[in-house]
Amino acid sequence: MEYSPPPFFKRGPNLITRLALFSLCSLVLLFADARFRYMEDIRGIVGAVLYPLQELADTPARIGQRFSQYFVLQSVLQHENADLKRQAFVNAGLLQRQEALAAENENLRELLNLRPRFEPLAQVASILYTARDPFVRQVVVDKGATDGVRRGAPVIDTLGLVGQVHRVYPWASEVALITDREQVIPVQVVRNGLRAVIFGLGYDGALEARFMPVNADIERGDLLVTSGIGGVYPAGLPVAFVDNVERNAAYPFARIMTRPASGVGSHRHVMVLETAGGYPERPVAPLQPDRGRRRAN
Amino acid sequence: MAIAELGGTHSHEVLMPAKPAYVALSFFVAFMLNMLPLTGWVLMIRPDFVAAVLLYWAIQHPRKVGFTPVFLLGLAMDVADGSLFGQHALAYCVLTAAGITLHRRISLFGLRGQMLHILGILLVAQLIVLMVRIAADNAFPGWWYFLPSVSGSLLWPLVCHFVALPLRSRAKTD
Repeated sequence: MEYSPPPFFKRGPNLITRLALFSLCSLVLLFADARFRYMEDIRGIVGAVLYPLQELADTPARIGQRFSQYFVLQSVLQHENADLKRQAFVNAGLLQRQEALAAENENLRELLNLRPRFEPLAQVASILYTARDPFVRQVVVDKGATDGVRRGAPVIDTLGLVGQVHRVYPWASEVALITDREQVIPVQVVRNGLRAVIFGLGYDGALEARFMPVNADIERGDLLVTSGIGGVYPAGLPVAFVDNVERNAAYPFARIMTRPASGVGSHRHVMVLETAGGYPERPVAPLQPDRGRRRAN
Repeated sequence: MAIAELGGTHSHEVLMPAKPAYVALSFFVAFMLNMLPLTGWVLMIRPDFVAAVLLYWAIQHPRKVGFTPVFLLGLAMDVADGSLFGQHALAYCVLTAAGITLHRRISLFGLRGQMLHILGILLVAQLIVLMVRIAADNAFPGWWYFLPSVSGSLLWPLVCHFVALPLRSRAKTD
């Protein structure tokens, strides 16, 4: 076959033409995906087709894990069991107090005529694998549209916020980690309620709180939790600890580096929360007739 | 086993003609290897198995490799990787064109020379993808981004050996 003579007349378009044609096709697709996200439907269909293959590819790792779980030393198990029992005991105490506080809080909110606190439903999902695209920081979890996961849903682990559902497939979804370069989270300092915004930097283990004035009351070791502003993340989820505050008067803002509170990239299971719904419409700024003139000056 | 014994794609070596089903199977295996759930540094240095197999067929059977299946394979890889739609398709088309253009030249070289050529081709494809991603507002992830090209070229002897294995053994028995 390889050694058959090349066809004499019908050769089709030459190599450069074909390459140019297909490159142009892929560039059009790239542009449509990057700028307008037109490709999500096709992506969903192909993703559903590829799902069994992905499951097949995961099988060896899963079997290996089960084996390693089976051959665990008894002493390790005993140690872990004792640890967990102690933790459960401490948690039970905290939980009793929390239930009373929650009831009290609800009562007070009713008295003050405040909106009821949003209590999101959660479902446990296990992380299938890290996204292979080197340009993003994402993981893929095993819960998808059929389990009621919606795009934009917050994802947490036992320690704090992990990320946000970025793309939903029928049986899996991609979670953009808070360290992803495009993630922005409205937060609040627990100590004094100071509001801030945290940006992912695109690499592990660091987040940056930007646009805080040089004299902002924020210190090393402060815990930042979600503020609930914006309606994406429910309030009060731990996001990051302040690592380092650099106050240089030459710059308008302090440089605040933080480290994620959750075990981003080290956990096997996460919880996918429900997105908060029922927010009132954003108020529309009233038109001011003299606004345009002031801008022009 | 000395690395030179593995051969590479030597033109004087007579292999059985590859059936389309076998080509498809090799791509399927490479695709599955690409989909392995890896994390950490293993993921960082993981070569693109599909790209390596693609280059093998483009160099070995330059007249049999069509752009349309390669393009569709690239799109499937894009969905599996969660990368931009069309990114792998572009890279694989460039790889195919490079493999077809250079197949005579590459076949003349020994294994080391072939590996160097493969490294160059893979780097060019990765560079094109990098330019597209930077144009789409993504940051340069770091120099480790190019490690898959290096590991891909180191993988080349193994690809040549294993993909040609069924063809070679049957050729011997004849």
